[in-house]
Amino acid sequence: MGTLLNILVDGVAYGMILFMISVGLSVTMGLMRVINLAHGGFAMLGGAGVHYLGARLGLPFVPAALLAIGAVVALAVPMERVLYRPIYRMGELQQVLATIGITFLMIASVNLWLGSTLLAIPLPDAWSGTVDLGFRSLPMHRLIVIGAGLATALGLWALIDRTGYGIRLRAAVDNRATASALGIDTGRIFAITFALGAGLAAFGGILGAELLPVDAYYPLRYMVHFLIVVAVGGMGSITGSFLAALGLGILDTTARYMVPDFGTIFFFLVTILVLALRPQGLLGRAA
Amino acid sequence: MSSSASDVAPRRPLLAGRGLLWEAVILAVGVGLFFLFPYDLGFLSRILIMIVFVLSLDLVLGYAGVATLGQAAMYGTGAYAAGLIAIHVTASPLLGLAAGAVAGAGIAFVSGLVLMRAHGLTLLMLSIAVAQVLQEVANKARPLTGGADGLRGIRMDPILGLWEFDFIGRAGYWYVLTVLILVLLFLKVVVNSPLGLSARGIQESPERMRAIGTPVYWRLVWIYTIAGGIAGVAGALAAQVTALVSLEVFNFDHSAEALIMLVLGGAGRLYGAVVGVAIFMLVEHVAAAVDPFNWLFLIGALVLAVVFFVPAGLLGLPKALTGLVRR
Repeated sequence: MGTLLNILVDGVAYGMILFMISVGLSVTMGLMRVINLAHGGFAMLGGAGVHYLGARLGLPFVPAALLAIGAVVALAVPMERVLYRPIYRMGELQQVLATIGITFLMIASVNLWLGSTLLAIPLPDAWSGTVDLGFRSLPMHRLIVIGAGLATALGLWALIDRTGYGIRLRAAVDNRATASALGIDTGRIFAITFALGAGLAAFGGILGAELLPVDAYYPLRYMVHFLIVVAVGGMGSITGSFLAALGLGILDTTARYMVPDFGTIFFFLVTILVLALRPQGLLGRAA
Repeated sequence: MSSSASDVAPRRPLLAGRGLLWEAVILAVGVGLFFLFPYDLGFLSRILIMIVFVLSLDLVLGYAGVATLGQAAMYGTGAYAAGLIAIHVTASPLLGLAAGAVAGAGIAFVSGLVLMRAHGLTLLMLSIAVAQVLQEVANKARPLTGGADGLRGIRMDPILGLWEFDFIGRAGYWYVLTVLILVLLFLKVVVNSPLGLSARGIQESPERMRAIGTPVYWRLVWIYTIAGGIAGVAGALAAQVTALVSLEVFNFDHSAEALIMLVLGGAGRLYGAVVGVAIFMLVEHVAAAVDPFNWLFLIGALVLAVVFFVPAGLLGLPKALTGLVRR
C-alpha cells in the first residue's frame, strides 16, 4: 500500500511536469497548426538559467528561477517574431526540419555556454525534506511539483475561460480565418501564447529537473515525450494535455517501478494504441 | 499542378532521355573515390550505406509525401535480422541481405497498416513510437541480441565465396557500392512503375486519387513496405560491414538525420538523396574533426539555411538562383 502511494505521488508529479512543459506546445500547435520540435529547448533554457544563476552566481533559488523564466520569455518573443513566423506558412516537413534546426542551435548554445555535463539545480533545503501527513510522510519536492502543476492547470483554466484574451484565443484555435475576419489580432494572440508556453516550459523544466535531469541534450532526449503528450491529448486541447500528461506520467512511473525490466515500452505501446484508435488524440477534434 | 497526359505515361520523357546517366556518374565517382582515398574506405562505406537508408526514406517522403520520423525501425530490424542470421544460420552475405530486406519489409508492412491511416503529428509520433518499442524489445531480448552490449561475433563468409571481407574494408566497399547501384536501379523501376506514379499522385492530391479509384491506403502501405525492405537492406549492410549491431540502430537521431540529409539534397529525386548524404556526412566529418564540441552549430545553421532559402534542397539550388536572377 505504501509503495503504491509512493508510485502514485511520483507518477502524478511526473505527469504534472509533462503537463507544464507540453501545454504551451499543445496550444501553439493547435493554434497555428505548426509542428514545433524545439519546445523542450525552452524547458532546458529555464533549467540552464537557474543552474547559471543559482549554482555559479550563488543567487537563491526563487529569484534565480523567476529571472530565468523571465529571460526565457524575453528570448521567446523575438524568436517567435523572427524565426517562427515564416515557419507557420511552411509545409509539415519543412516545419519539422526547421524546428529540428532550432533545437540543434539551442543545444549547441547551451553546450558552448555551460558545457555538456549535467546541470545541477540547487533547490532550497526546505524542499528536500518530507512532509508528515499523519498517516504517511511524502517527499516535499513531489508535493510542491504537484501543487505547482495543479495551480498551473487552474490558472490556465481561469485565463482561457474567464478573460478576454482567453475568448480570443479559443476563437483563434477554433477557426483562425474567421477569428481574424472578426477583427481579432491572431498574430498578437499567437505571440502572447507562444511566450506564455515558453515560460511555462521553463517553469516545468526547472521544477522537474529532479525527474528529468537538465543538460545540453535535454531537448532532443525528451522531445518525443513532450510531443507524445500533445498528440495523445489532442492538439490545442488543454484538458487533453492535462489528462494525457497525467495518464502517461502515472503509467510510465508505475511501469518503471513494477516491471523495471521493460523500461519505457508501455509508454510507447499505450501511445500506439491510443493513436491507432483515436488519431486526433483523446480530446482533439477530427481533422 | 498541370497533369497532362505525358505526366501519367509510364515512361516519362525526362527520365528516358537521360537514361542511366546519374547511375553511371555515381558508379564512376564511387570507383574514383576508392582509388583517391584508400585509407578512408570505412568512412566511405558508411556514406554509401547511409545513402541506401536515405533512399528508402525518399520513396516514402519524396514520392508518397508521407513524413515519418521512424525509418530507423526498419533499418534496425534489418540490421538485427542480418546479424542474427549470420551468427545462427548462415554466414553468406547475400542471404543476410535478403533476411534484412524481408525483416525490414515485414516490420514496415505490419506497422504501416496502422501508420498509413494517420496524418501529420499523429503519424510522426506513431512512427517514432514504433522505433522506440523495437529498441526496447531488442534491449530486453538480451540472450538473443546482446542487449545494450550489442550483437557481437558476426563473421561473414567471402562474398559469393570469392571476396573475403578484409581489415581495411576494400571488399566491403565494393560490396556496398554494388548494392547501392542495384538499389538505385530498383528504385528507378519502382518510381516509374504504376505504383510509384500513383504514389506521386497521392502526394499531390490524395482526394483526387481516391476519386479516380486509387486505393490510396493500400498503395501507401505497399510503398512503405518496399521502403522498409530497402531500409532493412541498409541495416543489413551496416551489420555485415561493421560486424556489430548495437541498440543505437533504432535511435530517433538516426531517423531525424536521414530526414535532414534527404531534404538537404532534395526529396523526390533519387540522386537528391545521394547528394544530400554525401554533403551532410562530409560537413559533419570535417566539422566534428575541427571542433568536436561545437559542430552542432554548423549542422543547425545548415538545416535552417536549407529550409529557409532552398526548400527544394541543394539540387534545387540552380533553379532557385536562376529564379533570383530573372527577378
